[in-house]
Parts: sequence; structure tokens; C-alpha cells
Amino acid sequence: MSTDTDTDAVGQLEHALEELEVSLERVSAADASERLAALLTEPAIGVDLPFESVSLPESVTTEPTAAALADAQTGITPATFAIAEYGTVALESRAAGDEPISVYPEHHIAVVAASDVVPDLAGGFDRLADQFDAGGDSIVFATGRSATADMGDLVHGVHGPGEVTVVVLEDR
Amino acid sequence: MAERSHAPGQTESGGGGSTASHTPSNSRAETAAHLRQLLETEGDAIHAHTSVSNLQRHEVFDETENLDALRSEARAIKEDAIDRLPELIETVREAVEANGGTVYVAENAADANAYVADIVDDRAATSTAAESASGRPSVVKSKSMTTEELDLNDALESEGIEVTETDLGEWVLQVADDTPSHIVGPAMHLTREEIAELFTEQFDPDEEFETAEELTRFARDHLGERIREADVGITGANFVVAESGTITLVTNEGNARKCAVTPDTHVAIAGVEKLIPSIRDLEPFVDLIAKSATGQEISQYVTMLSPPTESPTLTFDEPDEPIGANTDAETNGSTDREFHLVLLDNGRTEMRADDQLRETLYCIRCGACSNSCANFQAVGGHGFGGETYSGGIATGWEAGVHGQDSAAEFNDLCTGCTRCVDACPVKIDIPWINTVVRDRVNRDAEPEAYDFLVDGLTPDEESGGLDLGKRFFGNIATAAKLGSATAPVSNWLGETAPVRALLERTLGIDQRRALPSFERQSLVDWFDARGGEGESKRRAAAGRKETHDEPTDALDREVVLYPDVYTNYVDTDRGKAAVRTLEALGVPVSVPDLPESGRAPLSQGMVATADAQASKVYAALAEDLDAGRDVVVIEPSDLAAFQREYERFLPERSFERLRDNSYEICEFIFGLFENGADPAALSTAGGDGERIGVGNGNERGNENGNRDNGHPIAYHSHCQQRTLNLEAPTVAVLERCGYAPRTSTVECCGMAGSFGYKREYYEVSMDVGDRLASEIEQASTDLVVASGTSCGDQLETLLDRTVPHPVEVIAPDHG
Ligand code: SF4
Repeated sequence: MSTDTDTDAVGQLEHALEELEVSLERVSAADASERLAALLTEPAIGVDLPFESVSLPESVTTEPTAAALADAQTGITPATFAIAEYGTVALESRAAGDEPISVYPEHHIAVVAASDVVPDLAGGFDRLADQFDAGGDSIVFATGRSATADMGDLVHGVHGPGEVTVVVLEDR
Repeated sequence: MAERSHAPGQTESGGGGSTASHTPSNSRAETAAHLRQLLETEGDAIHAHTSVSNLQRHEVFDETENLDALRSEARAIKEDAIDRLPELIETVREAVEANGGTVYVAENAADANAYVADIVDDRAATSTAAESASGRPSVVKSKSMTTEELDLNDALESEGIEVTETDLGEWVLQVADDTPSHIVGPAMHLTREEIAELFTEQFDPDEEFETAEELTRFARDHLGERIREADVGITGANFVVAESGTITLVTNEGNARKCAVTPDTHVAIAGVEKLIPSIRDLEPFVDLIAKSATGQEISQYVTMLSPPTESPTLTFDEPDEPIGANTDAETNGSTDREFHLVLLDNGRTEMRADDQLRETLYCIRCGACSNSCANFQAVGGHGFGGETYSGGIATGWEAGVHGQDSAAEFNDLCTGCTRCVDACPVKIDIPWINTVVRDRVNRDAEPEAYDFLVDGLTPDEESGGLDLGKRFFGNIATAAKLGSATAPVSNWLGETAPVRALLERTLGIDQRRALPSFERQSLVDWFDARGGEGESKRRAAAGRKETHDEPTDALDREVVLYPDVYTNYVDTDRGKAAVRTLEALGVPVSVPDLPESGRAPLSQGMVATADAQASKVYAALAEDLDAGRDVVVIEPSDLAAFQREYERFLPERSFERLRDNSYEICEFIFGLFENGADPAALSTAGGDGERIGVGNGNERGNENGNRDNGHPIAYHSHCQQRTLNLEAPTVAVLERCGYAPRTSTVECCGMAGSFGYKREYYEVSMDVGDRLASEIEQASTDLVVASGTSCGDQLETLLDRTVPHPVEVIAPDHG
């Protein structure tokens, strides 16, 4: 379901991400696989995407080994929802390995449905509370790239990814 | 325990019997030397970082529409949570156990450390993680001030456990064997060059480290390996959601995420005060914490885990096994994850029962009170801090968890300027906590040998033992009255070398600081001699005729001008200017002889004396308030006493009455303008050429200021005035009178009443003042005004020019 508010929210998300130097890609479900293939750097690992008729490119390894996790350049995970106001994606800490796959590789690509983009933090907490009620009670709000100023200047990509891309499925 | 405290005299106070408030001249000199060294070695780096965070917080706070409501909501949640703490501990225990984890409530540091060491040993014996290089059990940690409070690292190391900090700042400190200088940016006092040198020396790289980029890469690789090998990951928790057993970690680097899910065992250590009831209650905190800490809208990672999580365990020494090989298909979760929540009491239950310290438990440790503090910006947490915590709120934390002696070592660095009050996301009255602890420290001190010297000068309500200098400054009204009565002799005497030496030795008044010069005729006497209220009515009637032909009710006011100590005895000119200005705008004035507000004793922690003063002031003003007169105050710190601290001293109705009917002088003038009074009755900049050149120099300043219509004027508001939101009316009044004010961004002038007089703090005071002075010099205006007496004094010394109160610039010349 795609409504005007979704489009607005996606616009706002894009704007917030721009400030964080994170790019946002709009894509239809049909083109998603191809676009992801173009975005990633190999070796790439990922978590199966839960969106109807969207699959990961062939080059992406799911259920990676520990070695593959350590070597991966790109990690692709779904985001349960996104918060437009702050440019935040919500990643679930699940058995499928979303958490390590999103935090270990240098480049994280988060895939989110346009209908899951909520306008603000309050909307995010509505979703979060629902999620908790449904038993999914481990979630990370990730906003932008990992950063530190502890070494005297701002540097990105410390323990977490130095590059982040958010892919929005316009028709999901 | 290695090098926990950077404060001087730690060996003495470590014994437990000594009284840290007892400050004879040798320990004043020690404190001064210690602070001087910090100013030189760490001050610049700390100032650079804290002032950026401070400005960014101001910006993001300004952009946040519902900020005040958010802060109130956050505070209410904390109040409720602390109120229900025992119940929440039981709730979280049930929730964590239902998730498959364990909760341990540790009474004190030793208890917590022993528990954690046991877990690590147990897990290391059965762990599937790769052997660490040393073969010892190993732990990786994300940043946690609570574990600093426990000295956990030392405790684990002494059990043969290898501990690695993975937050880069904490790791730098671990490598340097140093302690945090800031609760959010622990290595803030070190420059990139210093870190590069340290790392080059320690790790002997092929090429010397230089850039932050190189250092960060190196750290990432080095620490990445430690994380992969670790048996146990230890994190703190910013918040713990009781109902779901959810640990919330707010971070920017990503190390906490890795520490929590890479090793199969996760230990989260949190003070019991971190509990909040439900996931919904988390929202305002997630919204506020990054804003107040660094000025970011939200932190990079807000991790909300209800462990043990389903996230697969990572076994890097079995590289070819798929991650999650240990995942149990039935529960769809990892089978061998273990989670322990260690809730630390360590004095918190007592803090909760203490009406004055309880508020400290609402603290979310964002560091905004450090960043907004001019003294903290100058010396950092190694000066403005105790055993573990630093900044304004550290007084409460240290008094609660380590005892009063640890708080006493740095508590006097809080001048009560209140700039942290607006910064605090949970609206803690941080200056009040500092005042209360100062009072307690005073009361526990031994009587001093020189007490007789100040006895006649100190009609206070304090029991003996108080530091002499504090006692003197706390009773400054009496000294000022005497000084005025004996002026000019008192002024001459005050400038002689033997007297200055005596003052320094006994009262700790730094010889380098110019003393106030008393006026023989006080403002009250001047006003009486001029004809008192009758004369003022006559002049106001004349003024009214000139400025507004049809007087409105709104302008039909009568003012009691409060003769604060400095205006009355030292800086009578600004009092006279206020009287003339009000009369020119048609408002009759009275200047009765009123008691000191209690501000002076408050700043020394003499709460009982201040309380008694509040009652006296209210009693003296009650009739005027009944008669509907307005109380107008020139010195912002006295107004702040009426409007903030009196709430604690007076019955609610009395407090509200005085609060609602007292005004800062320019605020009141602005109100008159708004109701139709005409600025033309005053000295305005427009055609009033003679005003230009007050002060020295620079006929027309360059025009790069924020307002370009009007005559440029540099204006430093007063710290407490800013907290009362009263900078804007003065700016507006100056604008209406034809000026283009340029306001300072420095939070405080560094003088802060008595602070800048004290030998141990003179240099800190000058350092803070220098920053303000250079900002004002950059404004290149020929006029500089300041609202506070001490701000004015400080700027006059530093800029070598006159710095009047704004009302002196706009007052009509004669009368
Ligand atoms: S007292 Fe307030 S401003 Fe200071 S660290 Fe705690 S929450 Fe932040």
C-alpha cells in the first residue's frame, strides 16, 4: 500500500539521511535484486528479505560462516521499519543473524518497505511497542554510519559500518 | 587501586578522618597548583570539545519544539521509577528470568566485582570462543561509568582475567593508564597528537601514527580481534526496561553492539536507578539523550536487547561453521547464550531515602552539565570531579556512592551559576545539590583557629567549623556595610600589602584580585538625602507628563528598588541610574534598607543562614507586596534567589507572591516600553553622540554583529539571568534605545561572586574570564555592558575599560 503520506515520509527520510551522508535508493520490488547487486561490493552476505517477490542477488551468501562474516564487505538486511524524522532504520536482533550481518561488514545495506516508513520517533515507538507485544523484543535503531571522535577528529566506520545505504521498496 | 583520583591531597583524605573542607592556606596553594597544571595541560583540549558539544546542544534544543514537555515527561518517568524502585527490581527480575537470564542485585562494588569474576571464570572454562593470545579468560567491555565506579577492570585483572575496553576513548585511557576526564568523552583531555605519540610508543607500528583515521583503523582491527576471542562481553546500560528486561545501550561506535552479541555470554552492569517501567517510557529518553550529550538528534545506535537474544553466537575459531550453528530450530534461538544483569546498589538505596540527593538518581549521565559549565570547560573532570564522576552532578554521585570526602574535593568549583539547569534533560537542580553537599561538608568540618577574626563580621546561623573564607563571603553584607561606613579608609587599607597578605592567609582572598571599593554614601542614604519617596513621586509625575500624555493603568506602577549589597555599597552608580530611568518613565521608586537576599551565604553552602535571610526579606517586603508594588532587582543573582531558591525556604504562597512580583530592572523597563512608555525619555544612541566613547577607543566598531541597526554595543548577560530567561529583555531594551547589542556566548564570566577572589580558584577564574574577554574584544564595539556586578568587575580588569550596567547607558543623564 503506497499512499501520499508514505511518499512524504520517504522524502523526509531521504532528507534526514542526506545530512548523515547516507544515500537512499528508491526501487520497485521487481527491480530490487538487480539494484542490490549493483550496490554491493563482494564478498557480500545477507539475511533473506521478507518482502513479497524480492530476493537477494545470487552473489549474496546467506547463513554465512564465521569466516565469511569476518571477510564480508557488504551486509544486506531488512529493516522492520524506518523513522523518517531522524533517518533511523530499525533492525531486529534475530536468529537469522541480522545483528552481526548489519554491524560487521564495512557497508550495510538496509532494505525497507515504503509502507514501513513512519514519520517520527513517536511512530517508531508505536511500531516498537507492537513488536514487543508480538515477542520481538530485541531491536536496534541504527542512524547513519558508525562514528567516533575519540581519536581527536571525527572518523566514520569504527566498529560498525563506515558506509550505509537505505533501499526503499516503493511498492511494498 | 591505581591512580583513581587526580585531585590533590588524596592521600590525606583517603584516610577517612580528614576534613576536606578545611582549607588552610597550604592546601589552597596545592589546589591552585593542581588546577593551574590542568589549565595548562588539559584545559585547551577539554574546552575545545565541551564548547562544541555545548553549542550543538543549544542549537538542537532550540530546534526541538516540544523540548520542555519532553524534559518534563522524562523527569516524571524518573520520579515515578525511583519511587517504585523496589517493585521495578522485582519486575525486571521476573522478566529477565522469563527470557532465560539472571538478575543479581549487588550491594556494593566488592560484591558486584566478585560476582562478575565468577561468571567470567565459569564461562571461560566452557567457552567455545577462540583462545585469547594469553590463554587467560578474557572480557571485552563497552563504555560504562558504572564499571568505573566499581573499579571493575582492576578487580578482574587481579583475578587473572584479561579485560579490554572497546570504546575507543576508554581504550586510549586503558593504554595510557589514565582516568576519564568526562563522563561521555572519557579521553577528551588528550589531543590527537598525544594519542598518536602514545600509540606509536606502545604498539611500535611500521610507520608512526599520525591521523585520527589511522589511529581509528588500527584500533578497529586490534579491538576487533579481542572481541572475536572474548569469553564474555560486558556492557553498561543507559536504561533498563523492567517489564521486558530490555537493556538499552546508546552508542555511536558500534562496539556495544558487538560486545553484546559476539561472545556467548553477556553481562550488563547498571545502577539500580537505570530501571524504567515499560518500553513506552523509553521514548523521551531516546529522544533527549543524544541531544543533550552531543547535540545529535539521535545517537547512531540505540540498541534495545532483551537478552539472552536469539542472535546467533559467533564462533570464530570454527570459521567454516555457519554462524548460528548452535541455533535450536525449535526455539528458533541460540541454545548456549547466557545473560546476567547485575544491578548495583552501592549507596543508591540511601540516596533514594535522602530528600536532597534523591534527584541525583534521575541523572541519565549525558554530560550536558559538564559541557555547559565554564569552570568544567576550563579544567575538565580531572579537576572538576571526584573518584569516578565529574561535572556538576558529580557532587551528588560522589557523595552518594563514594562518600562526602570525594565530593568535597571539587564541590567548590561549582559557582552556582545555574547554566546547567537549562541543559539537564531531566531538570535536575544541580546547583542546589552542590549547595546542599557544600553545607554538609561545612558542618562536618572542624572549627578553625582563626574563627575569632571573623566572629564579629559573621552574624550567621552556622555552627562552627566552616572555612573562614566561606564564612566571610557568606556574610559579605556585614563586611560591606562596615567597609562603606569607614570608606575611604577601608579602601586604602584594603590595598596595603600587609592587609592583602593577611586576607590571603586567613580568608584565602587572592592578592592579585582587586578588592571592591566601597562608597561612603550608600544607595539607600543617597536616595534618602535626595528627598526619598516624596521626591521620587514628584520626579516620576514630571516624567510621566513628558513621556505619555494619556497614562494607562498598565503604567501606573510603584517600584521598590531592591538595594542588593553591591549596588548599595559598592556600585551605587547603577542604582542611581535605575532610579533615574524609572522616574523618567513615570514610575516612582522607593529604596528601603532591606536585608541581604541570602545569595551570598547560599553560594558558600550556608543554607540555614540563607533560609533565615529569605524570611527576613519576605517580612520586609510583605507590606509592599500587599500594596501592589513591584520589586525591581538590579543584581541578577539576587533576583535568582527570589525566583529559584526561595521556593525551598518560603511557604508556597509567599514564594509565588514574591516571584510573580519581582523583576529584573531591564525586564521591568521592557514591560514599560511594551505598555507605551517612550524610550525617548532616556539616553538613546541615535542622536546622542556623547554616549559614544564611554570606555576607551574604537569610535565605530566593525559591523559584523548580528544586529546592524543601531550603535554597536557588546553585552554580556549574567549566568543566572540567562537561566531565568532574562537576557532577551535587556537586549530588547538596548535595541529600543538605539543600540545593536552583540551578546556573548561564553556561559559565565568566571568571577561568579566570591569564586574569583579565592586564592585556589583565581587562575581558573581568569582563564574563564579571558575567553569571555577575547570574545568581547572580537566584537570591536566601543561600548561594553554587563548585568552582573562580578561580570562587570571581571571584564573591567580584563579589558581595562569601564563596563557599566546596561541601565547606566540608557539612564537620563541628570537627577
Ligand atoms: S545531571 Fe542532568 S545534565 Fe548532568 S549528566 Fe545528569 S542528566 Fe545530564
